[in-house]
Amino acid sequence: MDLMEYQAKTVFAKHGVRTTVGAVVTTPEEARAAAEEIGGRVVVKAQVKTGGRGKAGGVKLASSPDEAEEKAREILGLDIKGHVVKILNIVPAAAIAEEYYFSFLVDRANRNYLCIASAAGGMEIEEVAHTNPDAVAQISIDPGTGVDEAKAREIATAAKYPADVIDAVVPEIVKLYDVFIAEDASLVEVNPLVKLADGTVEALDGKVTLDENADFRHPDHAEFEDVSAADPLEAAAKAKGLNYVKLDGSVGIIGNGAGLVMSTLDVVAYAGEEFGGQKPANFLDIGGGASAEVMANGLEIIISDPQVESVFVNVFGGITACDEVANGIVQAFELLASRGEAVTKPLVVRLDGNNAEEGRRILDEAGLAGLERVDTMDGAAKRAAELAAK
Amino acid sequence: MSIFLTKDSKVIVQGMTGSEGTKHTTRMLASGTNIVGGVNPRKAGQSQDFDGKSVPVFGTVADAVKETGADVSVIFVPPKFTKDAVLEAVEAAVPLVVVITEGVPVHDTAAFFAAAQASGTTRIIGPNCPGIITPGESNAGIIPADIAGPGRIGLVSKSGTLTYQMMYELRDFGFSTAIGIGGDPIIGTTHIDALQAFQNDPDTDAIVMIGEIGGDAEERAAAFIKANVTKPVVGYVAGFTAPEGKTMGHAGAIVSGSSGTAAAKQEALEAVGVKVGKTPTETANLMREIMQGLTK
Repeated sequence: MDLMEYQAKTVFAKHGVRTTVGAVVTTPEEARAAAEEIGGRVVVKAQVKTGGRGKAGGVKLASSPDEAEEKAREILGLDIKGHVVKILNIVPAAAIAEEYYFSFLVDRANRNYLCIASAAGGMEIEEVAHTNPDAVAQISIDPGTGVDEAKAREIATAAKYPADVIDAVVPEIVKLYDVFIAEDASLVEVNPLVKLADGTVEALDGKVTLDENADFRHPDHAEFEDVSAADPLEAAAKAKGLNYVKLDGSVGIIGNGAGLVMSTLDVVAYAGEEFGGQKPANFLDIGGGASAEVMANGLEIIISDPQVESVFVNVFGGITACDEVANGIVQAFELLASRGEAVTKPLVVRLDGNNAEEGRRILDEAGLAGLERVDTMDGAAKRAAELAAK
Repeated sequence: MSIFLTKDSKVIVQGMTGSEGTKHTTRMLASGTNIVGGVNPRKAGQSQDFDGKSVPVFGTVADAVKETGADVSVIFVPPKFTKDAVLEAVEAAVPLVVVITEGVPVHDTAAFFAAAQASGTTRIIGPNCPGIITPGESNAGIIPADIAGPGRIGLVSKSGTLTYQMMYELRDFGFSTAIGIGGDPIIGTTHIDALQAFQNDPDTDAIVMIGEIGGDAEERAAAFIKANVTKPVVGYVAGFTAPEGKTMGHAGAIVSGSSGTAAAKQEALEAVGVKVGKTPTETANLMREIMQGLTK
């Protein structure tokens, strides 16, 4: 889960990182009140989970409460790369002397952590790394030993931070590592990390990605969830404990196992090329178990998607045998009918693997309306795309 | 022969007495795995019955290793306890630790992987993986043993169900070893580790490699294949239709900006001469042609 800037700064502050959280507002009137409270010049910053806010007009300086209200009115509702601005962060305008870049992240390739740091901050680090690679230091971190003061000093020196800020930066690096580990973040980025006119350093902006697998030890992270931004179908699926991602095609997909479902989406899109470019409507992994209840919940979500024209159920019977899956489908139809949501969209089912023949026999005998059985994945994908195009 | 797991492997199960552990220990025993013990500190000294076979329960991994000479541990404990369970196996110098558990925090995996590297004695497979099977010899994990029998194809995959699907498609040829390495951002055994082992295995003739979106493991595997693998390799990559910035089921399956895309992975593999199938079936057919060519 990605955090918004003010949330990231809140987390930083909790671990003692020098930063200014400021005020969080959702209306121009609140922005004026916050500017009055802060006094002097303020910066009005759009809170969206994407980069390039400044260029898109989402960050503006205001020299009075009147102006803060005006700027807030301009920024609220702005669409920045598909993210509509609903929240603003109001902070006092800082007297910035210099801007640097700093981040910790999980290094998938080396299977440890990576610190990326540069004395060139404020701009996209990928751009700096491209145009001036020598200006970007990449320091490997051993998760077994972590970052202490000595390691932080090594990082600050490698980043070529000016000598006069190193003593001030070192403790901030140690605290940012604490954020990275203690909050179970897979990314902690500060861009820019600034030197103020008085010589102190501060995290002026923050980007944090939290590892949802670690939610069990962070009940407080639930408050960061942006419920309003979630797609309603995704929110409904999440409430049922389903692993669902909304896409924009017309073929609803249910499968077991993340890899098989990803593959199913591809095979449907590939087959759909023949039928006017039919595409998958969603990703839905009902897991290895594929019980009747989970199948019913999954079907319920998919048939409630108005974009869906046909449904492809692609199950490989591995741990759960196909006869159990077939019974699950039959029961799911009954369960949905009893909920008053009978399946009316055409359904293509492919069952393969353990006890496939028995599973197919169960489906045939049940004679469910609108259900077709196709026994190969490629063939079933083609049929589902064809039905969606009708 | 095979890689990492043989008929001589002595397997213990951490979390054997839990519901998942019990279910899959039963299945592993049924497929001929030599399971020599389970670990549960609260049930030390007891034994558990699996369809007539009694398996002793030890209080610690170290005790289990001392008493049985176990050299493989399969872990089924919940995510909360996985890090400690793996660290215990690493400290007991178990050579192969297979972590089935899904949902392990990435910092926990980073910590136990670092410990395993520092130990120099433990290979980890997983987490969030189906495990490893050497058909007809041993099965450490949850891969259904009845999909395919022994043969001369090696299979390495990030995905569990695509492992099963591919084994099923190629069941007429069979497998030397099939290994599911998992789809998390940090994993103990990579495509490269498996490719190297299959290259060195005299009983593997050709390799199927299944990847998916996220990271650049497939691109690095492609470079490794070019430099080190002389056996034929066919590939499959899942996730061409995945949108940017969305996690697709596996914690590591995410396209970030322009990196980690399926198209880039396919391109990298094809650039080194690996044939990449558009669908699992097409991929299986590519391997079928290779195997038929080899037996001529």
